[in-house]
Amino acid sequence: MSAPLSGPGPAQQVPGRGPVRTGSPRTSRTARNHAPITAAGLAAKVILLGLVAGIAIWAAFPLVEAEKWVGLVVLALTTAALFYLYLGRRHVPAKYLVPGTLFLIAFQIVPVLYTASTAFTNFGDGHRGSKDDAIVAIQSSSVKQVPGSAQYPLSVATKGDPATGALVFLITDPETGAVSVGDSEGLRPLDPGAATIAPGGKVTAADGYTVLNFGQASARSKDITDLVVPTAGGALRSSGLSRAYEGKAVRAYDRGCDCVKDSDSGKTWTADSALGAFVSADGERLAQGWKVNVGLSNFTRVLTDERISGPFLGTLIWNFAFAIGSTGGTFILGMLIALALHSPRMRGTNLYRMLLILPYAMPSFAMLLVWRDMFNTDFGLINNLFGLSVDWFGQDWSARAAVILVQLWLGYPYMFLVATGALQAIPRELTEASSVDGASPWQSFKAVTLPLLLVALSPLLISSFAFNFNNFNAIYLTTEGAPFPADNSSNGATDLLITYTYRLAFGGQAAQFGFAAAISLFIFAIVAVVSAISFRRTRQQEEVYA
Amino acid sequence: MRIRTAGVVALFALALAASGCGGDSDEPAAKESPKAAGGKLVIWADDKRTAALKPFAEKFGQENGVTVEVQAVPNEDLQNNFVTVSSQGGGPDAVIGAHDWIGNLVQNGAIDPVQLPDEQKAAFNETAVKAVTFNGQLYGVPYAQENLALIRNTDLAPEAPKTIEDLVATGKQLKAQKKVTETLCLQVGQKGDAYHIYPLYASAGGYLFGTTANGDYDPKDLGVGKPESIAAFKKIAALGEKGEGVLKRSIADTNSTATFTGKKCAFLVSGPWAIADVKKAGITYDVSAVPGFAGGKAAAPFVGVQSFYVAAKGKNKALAQEFVANYVTRPELAVALYQADPRPPALTAALDQVKGSDPDLAKFVEAGKNGQVLPAIPAMAAIWDPFGKAEAAVIGGADPTSTVTAAGKTIAGSIK
Repeated sequence: MSAPLSGPGPAQQVPGRGPVRTGSPRTSRTARNHAPITAAGLAAKVILLGLVAGIAIWAAFPLVEAEKWVGLVVLALTTAALFYLYLGRRHVPAKYLVPGTLFLIAFQIVPVLYTASTAFTNFGDGHRGSKDDAIVAIQSSSVKQVPGSAQYPLSVATKGDPATGALVFLITDPETGAVSVGDSEGLRPLDPGAATIAPGGKVTAADGYTVLNFGQASARSKDITDLVVPTAGGALRSSGLSRAYEGKAVRAYDRGCDCVKDSDSGKTWTADSALGAFVSADGERLAQGWKVNVGLSNFTRVLTDERISGPFLGTLIWNFAFAIGSTGGTFILGMLIALALHSPRMRGTNLYRMLLILPYAMPSFAMLLVWRDMFNTDFGLINNLFGLSVDWFGQDWSARAAVILVQLWLGYPYMFLVATGALQAIPRELTEASSVDGASPWQSFKAVTLPLLLVALSPLLISSFAFNFNNFNAIYLTTEGAPFPADNSSNGATDLLITYTYRLAFGGQAAQFGFAAAISLFIFAIVAVVSAISFRRTRQQEEVYA
Repeated sequence: MRIRTAGVVALFALALAASGCGGDSDEPAAKESPKAAGGKLVIWADDKRTAALKPFAEKFGQENGVTVEVQAVPNEDLQNNFVTVSSQGGGPDAVIGAHDWIGNLVQNGAIDPVQLPDEQKAAFNETAVKAVTFNGQLYGVPYAQENLALIRNTDLAPEAPKTIEDLVATGKQLKAQKKVTETLCLQVGQKGDAYHIYPLYASAGGYLFGTTANGDYDPKDLGVGKPESIAAFKKIAALGEKGEGVLKRSIADTNSTATFTGKKCAFLVSGPWAIADVKKAGITYDVSAVPGFAGGKAAAPFVGVQSFYVAAKGKNKALAQEFVANYVTRPELAVALYQADPRPPALTAALDQVKGSDPDLAKFVEAGKNGQVLPAIPAMAAIWDPFGKAEAAVIGGADPTSTVTAAGKTIAGSIK
């Protein structure tokens, strides 16, 4: 991120500001070639490469199981390349760059690409899996017990080995006590004398068959749930391991018309591959849909849906105000305290510093909740202490002031810490020299201390801005976006884009990951542009003062 | 020399990796060996129920020669995690959760219907069976139900109020005598609470969804935004901050019970889960139905049901069905789960068994007699947020007509 910006000159003058270079590449190459192989180095190499191989093998099994061959090839190539790289003596720069690059790809680039690809789909509740998954779910949830039919005591048995043999159902008629054998061909009566029946009707032994106990049967769970014994009215299926019922799948998928038919009502739902759902002629959708590519519709929805685009600009402005207010406020407060404690005439600075760090030492998650309760109108500490009856979170501006105040309290210790550090790095001679030249303390602060401070702190301010721009907890754990206009429940006065997005994507009907991904790409673009501009300005500043 | 070092390093590295993997695969093999060919049943439940379920799950495992594993997942993550792993084709074989998850679980193909014979269905409370029935199919086996009731401090208010007006009058009197600071502890908060306001909304004539011919909730007949709902919200507004000051946004989920146990209010609208705190605070209390408006309908609280589900993508569905349909329908398990978390059992036999030792239970059941089953249709998810916020706005003094009309539009817009 902060590669040496202004050539090797300054890098050598200011130690610690960039990679320190010793000698030319040529001499270092020969030096490394002659470097002795130490035992510790060798051991580290063995352990790290062993870990790589271990992780690769661990990751390979699920990939093989899921038949993800592309993933397997990528895994194999990466592992082979890592071994080649670190077992050889060449490619020294790559040895330093590859680990970081791999982590960058795994934890930054892949998630961003995944988010981007999700933004073009309708992935969300009701549209999570494939079309085949949806069809299976529709059919299996439509299996109903045939009206008036009985439930039968069931035993699972086989003629062969309990672990592999073909399974049959042994079923006892609850009224007559007659036992039948069922397989995928149908039901056949069993000799009355051939079976031993326990009280309750379950067959415990039958001539020619091995009755499976629960342990054996449960190991073959899939075979049992897949076994369907056709009957006149429908089919016998297992309900667990000890009961069978006569059921009928009311809805069935027909590949010919690419539709689902309901045999009871005669209704059909035709697959709509643009929606990822089965839709009937009268517009009714089956709940179980599947994931499809929806092109740009998530993006156009952000721009054209009035419910979303209407409050967008207002939220964006408040979002900037919040991020600038919390970053600027904490910076100014933190810096002022740091300056006060930096003064050589100050006594007991260590005690003050310790006390000032306290808010930073407490978990912000819990502190946000405590602050939320302190702002309660009737029971809150703030109103009780000052004898007020302000409805803090009930009015736009008081709620906004409250969340910024909370951010100020949570954030200033950090700014105080970094400002203290940066101040100590500024040589006192500079301010002394300016005061010798007749500058007032304010003038020397403005012309000498502040610019030098900003050079050191600008990157931190930018990252703090980016963090606060998306500071979900600060809003969600305090106001939750409140107050809301009476006629609009989706956008409140203290909503940031990120809390607003969260509510749009997950607060309404159901989780809409595709839509949420589209909005987060918008936010990503905004933050990226702001950061790029700020970093460009910082660089110019650094060139002036460095 | 160079090649040899490289080779040795590679060999060692691979040997290390192999030994690591070997160690990994040894363990389960050693564990499984005593249990012959048995299958494994994985159940997901929240922390409290995991503890209650474990002994029974182990017993089921021993009786049947299978391994049963109960995994604790925090309640707030349970549904989401289950749907996510299920869509990846994995996850548990059985799950315990609230019945209003059913709509979402079904639309994501995460659970399968359960086939119970009629005599087994009859052993359950009728409301509970109705709650777990969705699209005409039984999707879960209920074990406990819960609903809101009015808990009152009998030192302050000896008589159970018959109407909301009675309650307000008693509360005002107590307030005038400086015995309490609040009339009623009914949680609202900044974004409202649809679940807790619903009894009053229903009593004032409002409804959320109409019902179809077969008794299911009908997402096409939305009651929010209809004239009845506006009338209901006008009555709620009269109790709000600009009216009687009985309903307040400053009373929220975080402080409602605490305010009651701190003796700052005489009446608390809450469920069986609040009883433990009330007992701990040493308050003499009684439980009665939430009163309705004078001359209005009955104040119907939502009835929620906790239930066992069979996962559609579980590896051991047959065993899960066996466990859910034939084992958890036993009263002993329902009693044990009641002891872990005192909510009335859905199994009539189990309720009768514990009713004697816990009089509150019967009172909660009685308070829920007029209750309505919490809708499990996916469209219900669209109600909570807009309805709650409309409630908070109206209680804060916003105009009921425009607020509720707008909320109705928002909800209708997000129902597909």
